[in-house]
Amino acid sequence: MAATSQTKKTVEDLGDKYKYGFTTDIESETAPKGLNEDIIRFISKKKEEPEWLLDFRLKAYQFWLGLKEPSWAKIDYPKIDYQDLYYYAAPKTKEGPKSLDEVDPELLDTYNKLGIPLKEQEALAGVVAVDAVFDSVSVKTTYQKQLEEKGIIFCSFSEAVHKCPELVKKYMGSVVPYTDNYFASLNSAVFSDGSFVYIPKGIKCPMELSTYFRINARNTGQFERTLIIAEEGASVSYLEGCTAPQRDENQLHAAIVEIIALDDAYVKYSTVQNWYPGDKDGKGGIYNFVTKRGACRGKNSKISWTQVETGSAVTWKYPSCILQGDNSVGEFYSVAITNNKQQADTGTKMIHIGKNTSSTIISKGISAGYADQTYRGLVKVSPKAKGARNYSQCDSLLIGDKCGAHTVPYIENRNPSAQIEHEATTSKISDEQLFYCQQRGIEEEEAVSLIVNGFCKEVMKHLPMEFAIEASKLISISLEGSIG
Amino acid sequence: MSVLLEIDNLHARVDNKEILKGFSLTINEGETHAIMGPNGAGKSTLSYVLAGREGYEITSGTVKFKGKNLLSMSIEERAREGVFLAMQYPVEIPGVATSTFLKHSLNSIRKHQGLEELDTMNFIKVLKQKASELGINQDMIKRPINVGFSGGEKKRVETLQMSILEPSFAILDEADSGLDIDALKVVAGGVNKLRNDKRSMLVITHYQRLLNYIVPDFVHVFADGKIVKSGNKDLALELEEKGYGEFIGNKY
Repeated sequence: MAATSQTKKTVEDLGDKYKYGFTTDIESETAPKGLNEDIIRFISKKKEEPEWLLDFRLKAYQFWLGLKEPSWAKIDYPKIDYQDLYYYAAPKTKEGPKSLDEVDPELLDTYNKLGIPLKEQEALAGVVAVDAVFDSVSVKTTYQKQLEEKGIIFCSFSEAVHKCPELVKKYMGSVVPYTDNYFASLNSAVFSDGSFVYIPKGIKCPMELSTYFRINARNTGQFERTLIIAEEGASVSYLEGCTAPQRDENQLHAAIVEIIALDDAYVKYSTVQNWYPGDKDGKGGIYNFVTKRGACRGKNSKISWTQVETGSAVTWKYPSCILQGDNSVGEFYSVAITNNKQQADTGTKMIHIGKNTSSTIISKGISAGYADQTYRGLVKVSPKAKGARNYSQCDSLLIGDKCGAHTVPYIENRNPSAQIEHEATTSKISDEQLFYCQQRGIEEEEAVSLIVNGFCKEVMKHLPMEFAIEASKLISISLEGSIG
Repeated sequence: MSVLLEIDNLHARVDNKEILKGFSLTINEGETHAIMGPNGAGKSTLSYVLAGREGYEITSGTVKFKGKNLLSMSIEERAREGVFLAMQYPVEIPGVATSTFLKHSLNSIRKHQGLEELDTMNFIKVLKQKASELGINQDMIKRPINVGFSGGEKKRVETLQMSILEPSFAILDEADSGLDIDALKVVAGGVNKLRNDKRSMLVITHYQRLLNYIVPDFVHVFADGKIVKSGNKDLALELEEKGYGEFIGNKY
């Protein structure tokens, strides 16, 4: 593929700032550029989907056509030409790989560079199961067998469509309907693949489940869709990591994640997002428009979002919880770092519907360079949500004097018994702090990373251990060159 | 005895105001010097200039440290070469555990000196031992550095840092400020333990009280940007009795 070698050249010319900026030389099979019903039929056919799913896609597409791209977020980017994108790209193989030996060695090499333990023996001493999504197709799911013994289903979304269509049919779109918003409609029409998790009644998933997303092909939009269902009394911790190679054009990423937690179920969802952020002048990078939402449908259920967002040129993302079940709990812990010309408008929505529901929001935003960041969050208490409680804390840290941080909390309370607290601070890394670190022999950049990691500590402690270390390193990488 | 630090005719200004006006001082290895002077004499400026803090313009003069030009080194280079400044008001760094901070610090210095970096296990061992010597409990080294520490705790942790980093030259800037007599004794005891025939110290204070506990080899009176009188420890007592007026022409 000529484009790939071109890209390689471009990457080499750009230098070696982005650690994950390599491309994999694999022939990919792409649908023609552009978006229309035929493309959607093509995708659906490629995936041998049932009729009902094609209908869902087409309905979403029709709905999307009538929508306008939202403009309320505090982000600024050139108009996206949706007809100039590829909506499907799959690594070309004769048949689906049956085992790791059949997986393209180049692909495995890519994962090695990313440090993903795809090979089971390397998989963090057997505690992580990985579902790797390469561009649009899920390549290999590890540990499936062990999980199956417990009745846990962890597979690619496309596989789930064939394996357990009734579950997909029942829950897909039940938290994020295809009419939800512009990017959710787009995703519903063209979603390529993603992960599917089903934890049966009473089962505690014995290992962390992990998906690694990576955008490889040029001009490809990645539209993955993840669905996690935790039955009564079930629990699972799910990790999602994202990287994309360095490219000088912008790539679109519009994903949907839906979580359903029934009575007494607990789902913990952690993300480390490190898509290519663009170069220091704001050229290239991923547009990340994501709809993530969890529904605490059952009583005493709990959904916890933890995210570390360091990548993407533009981020538009609000992982949310709908607290329907009585006593249900929603949590949102977020670290977002924007440097150079990155922009992020991110936050959460906590919708209190059930009685005695509670939510916690801890958001730490770090802005450096010329970056602009907004925390946007909604806490909504419905008339029936007696005894609802929310605590929100939004802290912003500024590095330098050219960046921006904004906090936009919305509170809608319709129940007089609710208790809602909101705290917000904005601070700068002070000269005194830097001087103190340097006087102790610590270099300025290391000092910044130390101070920022300290600032984020409350959030980082909610990440699973192996992710916390990676995330902490990412923070340092993301802030390189932010001072000076 | 060899010379460690040689400050010669140093002039420095802050915001276009000259603060150091021809400051000269030579410190040999193993010596402890005290600098006493009234508020506003430029004592803190002197310590910041030696540590390399930004915002101070050196207009003339030289500073040699171990024979090298100190003024051309960055802040962290000076620290790694062995300059330690125990601060008057140590700054809080939220979320950064004292132990984490100190590990980064020690390893930066060890790396510079060509020594192997300590892993967490070995570092914690050293830290715990030194902390208990200074009466610092295990709990405190886990707390974010200086956050919510009392005045005494802050100074004690500064002393702990000094004992871990083992600098060849330590500047103690108003080490007694904010300390009650018991805390002062602990800090002074810690400092005294670190004195040896290689390590030099510069104790900056405006009260004689501290010098009862950290007894200096030399005392200098610092006024109007330079040393106006030098002597031995008895000079401190004389100052206590007569005040600074005599040395600075009743200007203060």
